Amino acid sequence: MIGTRAVELEKLRTGIAGFDQISNGGLPLNRSTLVAGTAGSGKTVFALQFLVMGVQACAEHGVCVTFEEAPEDLMRNVASFGWDFEAMNRNGQIAIVDATPEQGEEMLEAGSYDLSALMARIENAIRKVNAKRVVFDSVGALFPQFSDANVVRRELHRIASALRLLGVTTIITMERLAEDGGLARFGVEEFVADNVLVLRNRLEQEKRRRTIEILKFRGATHQKGEYPFTVDHAEGVAIIPLSAIELKQRSSDLRVSSGVPELDQMCGGGFYRDSIILVSGATGTGKTLMVTHYLKAAIERGERALLIAAEESREQLTRNASNWNVDFDSAEKDGLLRIIARYPETMGLEDHQLYIQREINEFRPSRLGVDSLSAFERAGSPKSYREFVIALTSHIKKVGLTGLFTNTTSMLMGGESITETHISTITDMIVLLRYVELYGMMRRGLAILKMRGTQHDKDIREYVIDGHGMHLVATFRDVHGILTGAPTYMFAREREHLAEMFARPPSEL
Amino acid sequence: MTLQLGLFITGQTSNSLRAMENLRRIFQQELNIPCEIDIIDVLEYPQIAEDEKIVATPTLVKRHPGPVRKIIGDLSDTRKVLLGLGILQDSSAVRLGKEEGSGNDRD
Repeated sequence: MIGTRAVELEKLRTGIAGFDQISNGGLPLNRSTLVAGTAGSGKTVFALQFLVMGVQACAEHGVCVTFEEAPEDLMRNVASFGWDFEAMNRNGQIAIVDATPEQGEEMLEAGSYDLSALMARIENAIRKVNAKRVVFDSVGALFPQFSDANVVRRELHRIASALRLLGVTTIITMERLAEDGGLARFGVEEFVADNVLVLRNRLEQEKRRRTIEILKFRGATHQKGEYPFTVDHAEGVAIIPLSAIELKQRSSDLRVSSGVPELDQMCGGGFYRDSIILVSGATGTGKTLMVTHYLKAAIERGERALLIAAEESREQLTRNASNWNVDFDSAEKDGLLRIIARYPETMGLEDHQLYIQREINEFRPSRLGVDSLSAFERAGSPKSYREFVIALTSHIKKVGLTGLFTNTTSMLMGGESITETHISTITDMIVLLRYVELYGMMRRGLAILKMRGTQHDKDIREYVIDGHGMHLVATFRDVHGILTGAPTYMFAREREHLAEMFARPPSEL
Repeated sequence: MTLQLGLFITGQTSNSLRAMENLRRIFQQELNIPCEIDIIDVLEYPQIAEDEKIVATPTLVKRHPGPVRKIIGDLSDTRKVLLGLGILQDSSAVRLGKEEGSGNDRD
């Protein structure tokens, strides 16, 4: 292999959502990995999920060595994730080594000792279930049981080395006292320093933000930096792999209708099927209406559409749609439409991401609408929001559906919003809806800012909203600066217009 | 009353050999009560170690009479072993108790 490339250590696929991506394939095979984190950072869930996924996804058995929680408590706690540890234990898929201190039992030290008995028990358990995965949770609880921390450290080091020879991949959890500073208590990192993961649970702008970081993998590659994750009651730990997302997206020449015929014409025959469209505009410009048209176009073709509503309730949406002759109710009954209305504040952005992803995987829509995406800004820090947008768009791209997001701009005229800056490079098409103030009247203008892969109409078109929905009419002529929010008019036209204005009776003004 | 003990060792390691030797010495020199000692090699019988939740070796377990008590180490500290077996009263504890008693009397 000399001269080709460095030989990388083999990895063990964990089966934990997102982790295998950020670790470039899983945990280093037959090695020990330290998982450090403060209380409540999700260490135990992560470690036990490693065992459960071994059984459920990889047909690999495991051993859980518990130092802190009694086996009964452990089983009960993880039952809330739908993991039947008890059955796995009964079926010989998972063995438990109970190394918790006995309640009320005194232990006296009378001379030198080692932890060979613990090693013998672990080895016995590994043999019994033919384990490939071992979890130590959490070794911190072992230290107070013995007077000499050095002995415990030395023995843990010996056990970790012995496990490597037994051909098992081990996770050792260890508590940290604070999010920053020392890696783990009792100098544990010294004996399992090869591979270290850090789980964090920080309070950022009054929102909890959980992250996981691979600090190091000796002799193996991994993605760097912190990745957000959530602890979910259906999946346990789910990591959102962000930068590990590959840009290997398919692209299609197929066009789908926007639901507004004139808009389809403007963009040369409709949206591309695998594209992400951002509709940006101030409040009242007709963004929700555009989403309604877009969903209706799918329903009429007998395709499924999913709507994530963040600002209006299902009833409001359905009522408004029926005003424009779109029947959301019967579409939902026919299984062609699913509306998920949820306030962004109800949970963290990582959870939203997970739920939306789950809805997409379950309902398998051909179109997704999010109204509005910018409402999700409220549910987390700007960093979390950026990650949410990236993760959501890349998932949509991966699945290959059409996504239409709306973005509410803060200013009535013109304006720019944070969503645009984060999302504009990911989106394939941006449609601007703008108020245009002309001669003391509010009118609305639509422009296609960009559309990847095809020519599009560069005009700014006026549109009107009536009982049948949105209609594009003429192009604004002789007007400049609509997008900046300060339109100016050509002289000749103005003189004409002024003449018209004074010709009209005052009641029409 | 018969003392029932279990001594958990790991093969022929020096700690194990010393623990057996020290236990034999303690019984010859310090004790004259009937005693049953079960010596368990955890490498051969890990399941017994599992059942009795043994973590360290050597470990001497006083199984009967209760309460169950564990003494870890090579048993070189004779006083600790006798304390653990309940044969020797903790003199410091006794003295402490008396002082507390006298304190109460004064009140």
